[in-house]
Amino acid sequence: MQLRRIIPWIMLAVLLVLPPVLPRYYLYLLASIFVIALLATSLNFILGFGGLLQLHHAVFFGVGAYTFSILLLKTPLPFVVAVVAGPVAAAFTALLIGWFCVRSRGLYFGMLTLALGQLVWAVIFRWSALTGGDDGLHGIPVPEVFNSLKTAYYVTLTVLTVCLAVLYLILKSPFGLTLMATRDNPVRSESVGINIRRHRLAAFVIAGFFAGIAGVLFVLVEKSVSPSLLSWSKSAEIMIMCLLGGLTTFYGPALGAGIIVFLSMKVGTYTEYWLLVLGIILLVLVLLLPQGILGFLAEKYSGRDGDKGRWGKDASD
Amino acid sequence: MLQIKQVAKAFSGFQAIVNADLTVSKGQVVAVIGPNGAGKSTLFNLITGHLRPDKGHISFKGEEIGGLSPHDICRKGVARSFQLINIFPRLNTFENVQVAVLARYRKSNKLFTPARKLVVEETNDVLNKLGLIPYRERLCNSLSYGDQKVLELAIALGSQPEILLLDEPTAGMSPEETRTIVKLIKNLAQNEGLTILLTEHDMDLVFDVAERLMVLHQGQTIAEGSPAEVRRDKAVQNAYLGETG
Repeated sequence: MQLRRIIPWIMLAVLLVLPPVLPRYYLYLLASIFVIALLATSLNFILGFGGLLQLHHAVFFGVGAYTFSILLLKTPLPFVVAVVAGPVAAAFTALLIGWFCVRSRGLYFGMLTLALGQLVWAVIFRWSALTGGDDGLHGIPVPEVFNSLKTAYYVTLTVLTVCLAVLYLILKSPFGLTLMATRDNPVRSESVGINIRRHRLAAFVIAGFFAGIAGVLFVLVEKSVSPSLLSWSKSAEIMIMCLLGGLTTFYGPALGAGIIVFLSMKVGTYTEYWLLVLGIILLVLVLLLPQGILGFLAEKYSGRDGDKGRWGKDASD
Repeated sequence: MLQIKQVAKAFSGFQAIVNADLTVSKGQVVAVIGPNGAGKSTLFNLITGHLRPDKGHISFKGEEIGGLSPHDICRKGVARSFQLINIFPRLNTFENVQVAVLARYRKSNKLFTPARKLVVEETNDVLNKLGLIPYRERLCNSLSYGDQKVLELAIALGSQPEILLLDEPTAGMSPEETRTIVKLIKNLAQNEGLTILLTEHDMDLVFDVAERLMVLHQGQTIAEGSPAEVRRDKAVQNAYLGETG
């Protein structure tokens, strides 16, 4: 129990002292992992803790990244405004999409997130004048300090740490407890006076906001955006990260992101068939570790957080 | 306090409630009885907003509540327990009740205060009343059936209602567990002055705790009155009590 509390701090300490001894490639790899870890954790906020079948979370990642990039590239607005605008635009998109989605439940909720998300993708894909269409936007003029990989590393790590802390606080707050209650039992939640549609919408927007932050971070690391950021397969990938790490655990998705991003980059140097590898991971996961890595460990070493490969059941309510 | 007038509800052609009438005054314990399929649970779902009535009026403290959403009705002071166990399986006992108490005090949306510091006293108070304190930290999945049923009641009390609706509070319980529940219900009515509306199969229990009865038969109110009156009622004897002896 004690150990579980310390591990994240140890991880953070190690990550803080690593850069001087790491080759550039690994700095880049880790910075990429931090970005996606935030994205996956934001998805799990509504997927694992809210029990909402969000099938297209990458949309908010993309909207955040594109808003940030377009403002920097095509307007004279200051950097800070663009930084803030990214997550805000993502949250606003989440509000629009969520407003429709929270009216339905289970699989229908999921299908709506997918359909409306694809709509956003289509707009970005087609609106070439603004978004560069299929080519995306390159050479985003981020301030020069971000040209240093080390800076990018520390900035993404800091933002990730702060965002995880905030999400953690939210989950431990009455809002978070109530969110888990609506996941466990929507009917009963209504009966004790919780407006579940409004509560779910708020959670949806919060998750979108943090995905938008991840989008901004992505641009700071990559200095480019493309429609693949908010493709359906991207959403599937981050969902797999959540499943791999453990839906009912807080750090699971970040761990899943680390494993998947690392593997995709490593495997990518040997073969083009990354998706095949991903498919095999998913297969093994579903068959052997349905509760995810951290879910499995939690179940093994403590009473709580683990168990519950029951998520699928709840999602169909 | 609660008034139901000529309420009707149909499910795709099947008339579950044809014509229901019921009056519950403040501080009373009232039971709705009737054979299986008489529409008791449907009536409850209509009162608590899980279903919308086709016809008729449901008013609470003079205010029409028929067709409002469940959370709005709960906020007006109507709480319920469910016939089948309907709790939050992955939260612990304390949190199960706390969720309801937080909603009662409109604190469900607080984002940055740790939940463990809020409404602790109020929640413990409810747990204490129902003897659930020893199970505070237990994941409620791991409670016994009887204790889960008590927790079911505790969640409803967490809303601090003015009227409490109990849908078959002793369904599936052992005689001993039933006695515990009966004691709790009586305690709530007598010492807390809570208004209670319940449905129940166990006729001994009904005649033991209820001051007024309403008999529902094939979706229709066929009698309403004191237990003694209802026992004497010819229509009731024919429709219901007669059958079961």
